[in-house]
Amino acid sequence: MKLFLIFISAAIVNNFVLSYFLGICPFVGVSKKVSSAVSMGMAVTFVMTITAAVTWLIYHLILVPFNVVILEYVSFILVIASLVQLVEMFIRKISKPLYDTLGIYLPLITTNCAILGLALFAVLREYGFIESIVYGIGAGVGFTLALVIMAGIREELELANVPKHFQGAGITMIVAGSLALAFMGFAGLISI
Amino acid sequence: MDVTALLISMGSMGGLGAMFSAGLSIANKKLHVDEDPRIEQVKNALPGANCGGCGFPGCAKFAGEVVLDDVEISDCTVATQSEIDEIAEIMGVEVEAAERKIARVMCQGGTYETAVKADYAGIESCLAANLMSGGDKLCEYGCLGFGECVDACQFGAMYMDDNGLPVVIEDKCNGCGNCVGACPRNVIEMHPESDKLFVLCKNFDDPKTSRQLCTKACIGCQICVRAVEDGQMYMEDNLAYVNYDQYGKEAKLPTDRCPTECLVVLDGNEEAAEPTAIQEKAA
Repeated sequence: MKLFLIFISAAIVNNFVLSYFLGICPFVGVSKKVSSAVSMGMAVTFVMTITAAVTWLIYHLILVPFNVVILEYVSFILVIASLVQLVEMFIRKISKPLYDTLGIYLPLITTNCAILGLALFAVLREYGFIESIVYGIGAGVGFTLALVIMAGIREELELANVPKHFQGAGITMIVAGSLALAFMGFAGLISI
Repeated sequence: MDVTALLISMGSMGGLGAMFSAGLSIANKKLHVDEDPRIEQVKNALPGANCGGCGFPGCAKFAGEVVLDDVEISDCTVATQSEIDEIAEIMGVEVEAAERKIARVMCQGGTYETAVKADYAGIESCLAANLMSGGDKLCEYGCLGFGECVDACQFGAMYMDDNGLPVVIEDKCNGCGNCVGACPRNVIEMHPESDKLFVLCKNFDDPKTSRQLCTKACIGCQICVRAVEDGQMYMEDNLAYVNYDQYGKEAKLPTDRCPTECLVVLDGNEEAAEPTAIQEKAA
């Protein structure tokens, strides 16, 4: 039950994008088309899940026993950067068009604060190994969810008659704010 | 802080790094993608300025487009002729020489020339001033004078003169067009190097209004249009235009005929004319 609650908490109630406001850069940058939003979400989910597992191992098997918890940030970034490199190579291998669509946002997963935030939150909340992984999957699914909702709205927005001064970035920010407000409705549903 | 802690830190981080790099290099071998080797060669031959003048995010992307998508090599405005020749050799094609383009500031309304409507105390940026009821100058079409274009220039080819107007150093201009995009008033235009005659004004107001706004405004008097042969210049919306297709290089340049000195020849080391203050003229 606890695992399920962690998953729902990370994916919806405490959505990384819409209630913690982490990872806003790809949220705005890759949310023009649903298809690329789904692939981006999947790439981030993969990186998040593996990061959650590997950082847990590093934290509990290296940093804590050797009393070098100060190196938390350095080692976590190291993990994330390597994983993103791997994902980049993989995507480039399997689908060149997808690689081109994601463009600069793919290597930028490295600097996506949602992923570092995930690793740090998992440590802060003293999750176990399995819990960390579930937390990572939940956070990734939540990120994908936010990205896909946003992309769906923006695809419709392309056809909408937006007032001149709201066009482009303006209306995107307003939509993002409204989405965040909507997700505020889940606040307090699960306290974990 | 003792030495052991230091060694443990170094050891653990070094170990992790080595582990990951080993993993990545294996993955790199396994997931290697065969790429056209010419992309790398073209990329190395490009200037590497990443200015975006070609319309692609950077030189690497441009190189890919040149090799795979038949984008013209001469779209790179920064590359010198020898660099373009080198790329053409890699690609095994002939290139037509594209004429060099230079950014031209199409406004002479500096601090001295223009009438002011208010004291602007906002953010020192053209974009902000343009949003904020159009800056401090009365003219709604001219240069705002906060140097957004100068900041946009990566090549140091622009500076702001004492009169608050941007100046393009022709020798340094690579024609990337970043300044054109930076200007909220569309005052800067790209012109081929061989175009020398310009109407340096963008004001569409009627003659009376434009005369009150700026001492160097085009007032639509048509003197220049009458001074040249038919079709070489024309009037539209109170503004004179040079028809570059028909304007021969040898043709007579009627610059001295312009009463407001806004028809000028820009040719390299032109000395700036004495500014005429709008206050003096009104007095």
